[in-house]
Amino acid sequence: MEYTLLLLILPLFSFLVLGLLGNYMKPKVAGFIGTLSLVGITIVSYFTAYNYFAAGRNADGVFPTLIPYNWEWLPFGKLSIDMGVMLDPISVMMLVVISTISLMVHIYSLGYMKGETGFQRYYAFISLFTMSMLGLVVATNIFQMYIFWELVGVSSYLLIGFYYTKPAAIAASKKAFIVTRFADLGFLIGILIYGFYVGTFSFTPDTARLISAGAMIPLALSLMFVGGAGKSAMFPLHIWLPDAMEGPTPVSALIHAATMVVAGVFLVARMFPLFIDFAPEVLPWIAYIGAFTALYAAAVACVQSDIKRVLAFSTISQIGFMMVALGVSTSIDPNNGGLGYMASMFHLFTHAMFKALLFLGAGSIIHAVHSNEMSAMGGLRRYMPVTHITFLIACLAIAGIWPLSGFFSKDEILAACFNFNPLMGWTMTAIAGMTAFYMFRLYYCIFWGKENKELHEAHTPKESPLSMTLPLIILAAITCVAGFIPFGKFVSSNGTAYHIHIDATTAAISLVVAVCSIALATLVYARSKQPIADTLATRFAGLHKAAYNRFYIDKVWIFITKQIIFRCISTPIAWFDKHIIDGFFNMCGKCTAYLSKKIKWLQDSHIQHYCIWFLAGTVLLTIILLIF
Amino acid sequence: MENLTQFFQMRQELGLIVVFLIMFICDLLLPENHRKLMHPIACILLVVQMLVTIVPTDINLFGGMYHSTPIASALKTILSFGTLLAFLQCTDWLNREDSKHKIGEFYSLSLSTLIGMYFMISANHFLLFFLGLELATVPMACLIAFDKYKEHSGEAAAKFILYALFSSGIFLYGVSLLYGAVGSLYFDDIAPLLHGCELQILAMVFIFAGLAFKLSLVPFHLWTADTYQGAPTVVGGMLSAVSKGAAAFALMTILVKVFGNMVELSSTMLSIIIVVTITVGNLFAIRQQNMKRFMAFSSISQAGYILLAMLGNPTQGTASLVYYIVVYIVANMAVFGIINAIEQKTGRVLREDYKGLYATNPKLALVMTLALFSLAGIPPFAGFFSKFLVFAAAFNQGFYLVVLLALLNTVISLYYYLLVVKAMFIDSSENPIPTFKSNWFMRISLLLSLGGILAFGLVSCLYQTFNNLLIN
Repeated sequence: MEYTLLLLILPLFSFLVLGLLGNYMKPKVAGFIGTLSLVGITIVSYFTAYNYFAAGRNADGVFPTLIPYNWEWLPFGKLSIDMGVMLDPISVMMLVVISTISLMVHIYSLGYMKGETGFQRYYAFISLFTMSMLGLVVATNIFQMYIFWELVGVSSYLLIGFYYTKPAAIAASKKAFIVTRFADLGFLIGILIYGFYVGTFSFTPDTARLISAGAMIPLALSLMFVGGAGKSAMFPLHIWLPDAMEGPTPVSALIHAATMVVAGVFLVARMFPLFIDFAPEVLPWIAYIGAFTALYAAAVACVQSDIKRVLAFSTISQIGFMMVALGVSTSIDPNNGGLGYMASMFHLFTHAMFKALLFLGAGSIIHAVHSNEMSAMGGLRRYMPVTHITFLIACLAIAGIWPLSGFFSKDEILAACFNFNPLMGWTMTAIAGMTAFYMFRLYYCIFWGKENKELHEAHTPKESPLSMTLPLIILAAITCVAGFIPFGKFVSSNGTAYHIHIDATTAAISLVVAVCSIALATLVYARSKQPIADTLATRFAGLHKAAYNRFYIDKVWIFITKQIIFRCISTPIAWFDKHIIDGFFNMCGKCTAYLSKKIKWLQDSHIQHYCIWFLAGTVLLTIILLIF
Repeated sequence: MENLTQFFQMRQELGLIVVFLIMFICDLLLPENHRKLMHPIACILLVVQMLVTIVPTDINLFGGMYHSTPIASALKTILSFGTLLAFLQCTDWLNREDSKHKIGEFYSLSLSTLIGMYFMISANHFLLFFLGLELATVPMACLIAFDKYKEHSGEAAAKFILYALFSSGIFLYGVSLLYGAVGSLYFDDIAPLLHGCELQILAMVFIFAGLAFKLSLVPFHLWTADTYQGAPTVVGGMLSAVSKGAAAFALMTILVKVFGNMVELSSTMLSIIIVVTITVGNLFAIRQQNMKRFMAFSSISQAGYILLAMLGNPTQGTASLVYYIVVYIVANMAVFGIINAIEQKTGRVLREDYKGLYATNPKLALVMTLALFSLAGIPPFAGFFSKFLVFAAAFNQGFYLVVLLALLNTVISLYYYLLVVKAMFIDSSENPIPTFKSNWFMRISLLLSLGGILAFGLVSCLYQTFNNLLIN
């Protein structure tokens, strides 16, 4: 399966062509090249997935891990950094997810970004992103993963700051980069500890080495999780994701909803066999962090007024669900503990589809009304039928209504949580209810509710062009049927087949909760006047304000950085650096310059003197050696 | 008959001699107005010579007088490559009115020095070694004097040849002392008989000094700046890159093969020379305004870094030495190529002339910057890896202090390399170098160099290849 290398070469090629020659071609041509290369990638991805799963299992019932291509890039004695392509069930699944969403976004952007300055640059960057993300999931070792991990960070930075004339976009891109980089420091230290004690960067190290490494393995894995938490916006490192919505909306759909932000989940899943066997005590903590993040983000999402912010917090919350599911897995035996692993991956898959759909739908709405604020919307169902229906499908899916895909994956997660601990199960069920509530609040405020007549008469919203609605329809279709994929047959914690069976009690509970929440949202937000919502907002003004301001977590970070780190640590260090270190080096520099001036006479361009120096040097060397 | 078959086994040297002869015949037969054809002919022939003999082989001939190890044969290809870069850069200069009639001479002379270097590298006997050394040096003096109507060119050549004579004298004196001590000139015969007595120390220092002249190590370096400044820029490039590469390898061969028993003494000697060379080279480079003089001192300090490889054990040291040479050749030839291009178009060679170069000739400025970054050893360019490997080679043998001092010196070198970058990118000038287009030869040469600077660092297999050549 050497052709899988094309998955990296094609987008790299299109990035180079568009990046270097983009200014010499028409925007249309650039978009066409980018989209065409994505079509190629999608074909290769699907073909790979088909071949991989059709080839079937090994004799022991496990899907094989194939490494069709491996190149020893930097050998350091026994340790080496390799670059290659690795295929196993989760990487193949991710290939399908990434290429599908990326293709949709490429097509969608043809319409959405039309006429923007820097259209070619945009396509060059998303090609770069696609390459990096594909490289990340097919990485054969943790170091290659880290390299591509940073590359997705860079492309995310570039795309968030795409509108680089807007100060908010610049600030957001910097924030995203710095926060994730900060977390990646943990990842890097984790990798180095791992490499040092295990003697390899491979995902499948020698068991004896792992055992002898002892307590260093949980430490390394925890540090790696810190990196994953940064990328996947886990509390309290989530602060960059809502701001990242300053980027173009299709980018939010691709990077900040479907693919890059789940890299942290993917990382934990990739290291899952090690977590289970050598650091089982770390996993519950991942679950607790995930659960708290899910709760926190759901609470904030209930009161935001910017539709992309709502979706951003909903993404954070849903990634929390995936993390919880991984954290509550207690063994890789699929019959009990491994359920969470499968559920997490399943939810990653379905969530990618319906969340990309939501974001692209939001993009279509923003395209029509030229605003992110809900106050500019309302009653849009009359103007944008396709967007309306597809958005509704996605909302139903994320709320967990049968038979849409979200129902199936969320149900598995809830079942896994109940297996772990009833309290966790009920908490997650409640959060699922909140999810349904805030999504339908969003839905009603956009498509029903109070219409902003003034604005809509001045500028009548109209349905987006086919290039934008087509991806919506395709993603909606996937969302409708994806739940019926026998996911456990393909992806499970130890590679053997896992039979999904819907747990009737859990399913019933979650359905009831979801329906009740939707009903509540309908009651509160569906009409043009919203007395209940207003009363609640005034009655609990403090809570409402706190939630609207994201519980002041950003303020806390600002306080920590500005007041504590900058003032108490950085300022004294800066003083030391400016006066002592710089002073020392300035002195060195001055001495060097002085010396340089003083020995000028050596070079006086008299050949006689040169020969004398030659001889003197020879004799002096001889004398030194004789004495030595 | 036997000797003749042996003779034919020297494929690389013979190939070069054939190229030389063809160029010589071209020079005789081509009419005046078709002389320009010699540029492509020379380049193509050299490429063919490289490709035909690119597979490294182990050849031992003439009773052990000539021994071309696989790594030596790889180095020969590298030197040919460096010469090729110089050939590509020389067209504008040679097509000028005052040198048009002697295009053929340039090629004949530079090919002869290359042949000399080839013999120097694969000699296993001091007589052959000396012949190679002289064959490499004498035509080089002619090349330096090529622009003889420019007064500096003549002066530079005079200094070079006088200095070369002096150092040859010292070298021969050393060889004769060695012969007196052991009664043989074969490297293999001498080695086991050495044990480090006073006479042998004297011989080693003298032989070292003779070669140190070619490498321009301090204090045997004083000719360098004057010569580089006066010589045609292309020749300066060859002197600093190709000739230095050959001399460094030859020196390492002698130190390992002949003076292997005196490794402690030679290491002490090298340590002293390394520290002095790098420091003095750097201190002088800071002050230079003329780009050619600047590169002369930069090449002196680079020679010090090359010497670090000789402190390593024979395998690691030689591999890192050859790797350093390749990387150094591409970066240095790129810098000299740009200096040459600008000099040919505008006649300007001062650093302040380079102010604002990025605004008028962005591509040249970019290539120059990358080449200087590589020379300074900034990752991820090739120069970082080559420096790293020579440091590692010396470090593994326990020369911590030398490595530390060399590392400190990289800071100084970074400073003066960045001075040039600053001039090109940040400083503005009222009278910048006008925008101009280079010819295709120059472009190819710069592209090849640029490719080398970028690729040799990332493609780690190159060092591995050298290492494997040494181990097998």
